[in-house]
Parts: sequence; C-alpha cells; structure tokens
Amino acid sequence: MIKGQHISHKFDEEVEALTSSVLSMGGLVCQQLNSAVTALLTCDKAMAEAVIEDDVKVNTFDVKIDEQCNRIIVMRQPTATDLRLVMAIIKTTNDLERIGDEAKRIARQAIDISARGPIPELFDSIEQLAERVKDMLNRSLDAFARKNIEEAVSVISLDTKVDKDYENLTRQQITYMMEDPRKIPASIDLLWSARALERIGDRSCNICEYVIYLVKGKDVRHIDLEELEDHL
Amino acid sequence: MKNMMEVQALTFTYNGATEPSLKRINLPIEKNKVTALIGPSGCGKSTLLRGMNRIHDLYPGHRYDGTINLLNSDGEAYTDILTIKKEAELIRLRQRVGMIFQKPTPFPMTIFENIAYGLKLSGVKKRTQIEEVVEQSLRDAALWGEVKDRLSLDARSLSGGQQQRLCIARAIALKPEVILFDEPTSALDPISTLAIEEMISVLREQYSICIVTHNMQQAARISDFTGFMYLGEMVEFDKTETIFMKPSVKQTEDYISGRFG
Repeated sequence: MIKGQHISHKFDEEVEALTSSVLSMGGLVCQQLNSAVTALLTCDKAMAEAVIEDDVKVNTFDVKIDEQCNRIIVMRQPTATDLRLVMAIIKTTNDLERIGDEAKRIARQAIDISARGPIPELFDSIEQLAERVKDMLNRSLDAFARKNIEEAVSVISLDTKVDKDYENLTRQQITYMMEDPRKIPASIDLLWSARALERIGDRSCNICEYVIYLVKGKDVRHIDLEELEDHL
Repeated sequence: MKNMMEVQALTFTYNGATEPSLKRINLPIEKNKVTALIGPSGCGKSTLLRGMNRIHDLYPGHRYDGTINLLNSDGEAYTDILTIKKEAELIRLRQRVGMIFQKPTPFPMTIFENIAYGLKLSGVKKRTQIEEVVEQSLRDAALWGEVKDRLSLDARSLSGGQQQRLCIARAIALKPEVILFDEPTSALDPISTLAIEEMISVLREQYSICIVTHNMQQAARISDFTGFMYLGEMVEFDKTETIFMKPSVKQTEDYISGRFG
C-alpha cells in the first residue's frame, strides 16, 4: 500500500474520514448481527426489536458514505489506489447495508420464534453456523482496516465450511419436521435465519474480494479459491 | 501491427549542457493510436517530443544518441531520423511528423492563407486543389463550420481555441503521418479544450498521435498509451488504463495520485 501523503492535506483528511465512516458502519453492522443472533438463540423479543429499529442507522451510514464517495470522485478525480479505495468502499458499504438487512431478517424470525416459545434442540446447529459467520464478518472488516490480503483469503476459504454447515442444518431441520410436524413453523423460521446467515457469509467474502482488489488491483470476483490463490 | 515510430535508447544533451536531458528513452508510437507523455515540469517530455521531428535542430550543437525510427511510407522498413543530415530532408520529415505547440501560432495572414501557405511551399500550385485541401483540413480540424464565411479575415481575429484548431488544420493540410501535440490545450478554456480533445479522438483514425500534457485527466481521457517521465527517464510506459488504475512503479502512482514522491 501507498503510505505517502497527498500533496493536498484536505484530500488525506477526506480519505481518512471516509475510511473511518466505513469502519464505524462495519462496527454497527457486526453489533446488529451479534444482537440478532443472541435475540434468536435466547428468544429475546426486546433485543430483536432493537435490531429492527437500529437498521435505520445502518441505512443512514450507507447514504452518508455514498455522498462522501461522490464528493471525492467529483472534487479529486482519484486515480490508482485512491480510485480503487473509493470503488472498494462503494461496494463494501453496499454489502454492509445488505448484511444489516439480513440481521433485521434474523431479528424478525427471532420475534416469531419467541412468540411460539423456544425449542432448544433446534438451536444447536444454528449456533455453530452463526458463530462462524460472525467470525467471518469480523475478520473481513479487520482485513479491510489493515488492508491485509492474507486475512482476506483466509476468510474467503471459510465460505465452504459455512455452506457445509448450512447444508447440514437444512438436512437436520427436514428430519425434525418429518418426525414432528408441530415443529414445522419453528423449523421454517430457523431455516430462514440460517439462509440469512449463509448470505452474510457470502457478503463477508465479497468484502474480502474488494480488499484484494484494493491492495493488488486484481479483480478476483467469480473465481474459485484455487484460482484465487494462483492469482496472488 | 507495426509501430509508426520507435524511439530506442535515446539520450539527448542540449548544447552546452554537461548532463543529458533525456537518458536512454524507449517509446513506441503505435499507428492510429494516441500516446500521451506525462510528468512534472522539467522531466524531459517536451524535449523528447521535439526530438521526434528534429525541431531541436533549428538551433545547432545539441547531441542525440540512440535511434528514432520512423516507418517508411511503404509500411515495411524504418528509417532512423537521427541520420538525416540534409536540410531539405529535415523539412520533409517535419511535414511527415507535424507539431502543434502550446500557444496557437497563426501566421499574420488570412485564415485561408494560413493553410494554403504550407501547401504552396510544398509545391501545390493549382488553385482548385489548394481550395479543396483548405476546406478538407478545416473540416477535419472541426473548424470549417465556424470560419467558412470569413476565410479572408485575419487569422488573429479568431478566438484562442479557434486559432489552435487552425494550427491543427495547417498541420494536417500537409498530410502528416504523425502529429505531435505539445500541451495543445493549456492556454485554452474548458470548452475549447473539449473541442480539441474531441478532434484528437477523430484525428486518431487517420494519424498517429503523441501528446504532451500537464493535465492528467486529459491524458486519461484521450490517450491509448501513457508514458510517465521523471528526471529525463521513462519511468513507466503502459496502456493508459493500467497507468491510471494500477501502475507498477511507485513513482508513477505517487505522481498521478498527487502524493509526495
């Protein structure tokens, strides 16, 4: 990464403000996901409602960061690393905003499940998936903050595990539903949540791909892990 | 496809200087493409451009080492223009490799005569032929519509942007193969600048173009290839897209993104 400062201090300040906005948004989205998952696992309706309410904060960040990017593009005509940073940020915030939406979705399922009363045996499998996805999101933001490609690649490599967890969970819920049809509504809610978590895993990978683009200038979307490692 | 020009290991020293201003420069000028040279003041980009049609030789004592190959009209072999000695051949070279300067340089004569002058010098005598070429050149330089009813006015009555397009028309009237632009829009307002840029993108279909510019966005907008020069050296040469999105040399990155070197 380029460490040198711009001749224009103001430009440096703008880039710094932009990066810190993204990290704040990332922090908020992580918190939303953590709360949504806790609300789901503990059937905490109040916490779930707070997540739904706070989604507007995520959306506000999304709009504000877009404005900051527009401003830099029009005022500074960024090139090279600066250009890639702005592009990566526009795409990252888009994914973060969608992760916020998925967290809201999980919170909604949490409210439905809590109304019906918890079924603890259904929760075991989703807990593992949730932990893995939370870890991926955290580490993808860390990779972004530190511009660390090794970390980015390592997060991308976790996605197959998430897919596997999701597949196992689906199979397990199907078994539960066949065994006891009274559990069908709860299982379906849980499957929706699991689907949301799996999507968050994908979006965390997207963020890592933008980090690689930012640092290396290589677009590594839509290629598999082996090809990705060859590229780097 | 063959390159129109190839600068190879060119070292150039101004008369009386101890240090060369250009150090072993390599630069290809691809046919029907726009090649831009960027770099801070004093990096040698204009010096390089002026070497490419030997306009330095208007003053004696400068020293060239290396090769500047120009593709012969047959499109097969190259001639090293640094081997040209006769004045007449140098004049012929400057017809084949035309140059447009930073400040418009209209001759103190009518718009029509500005273009006809070079044609007459090069031996064209028939009035109808001259009229034809004048009209075509003005059309190619996107100026015909604005001046067709006042060809007999003094060229200096035109606006700066129009004068610059007149100079371009004057250069292309002689059917050059390469056109060298030395900061052609730095003295013009944004609208005239866009008009010249638009014209360059059309001219590219017929000519090979090399442009020196301080305006990096201009290089990014109009060129296919870009060379970044610094202290008399060609630091990096690549497709314009690569130079502005992912340059390989840190010095290039620092320069185009406005950082301290």
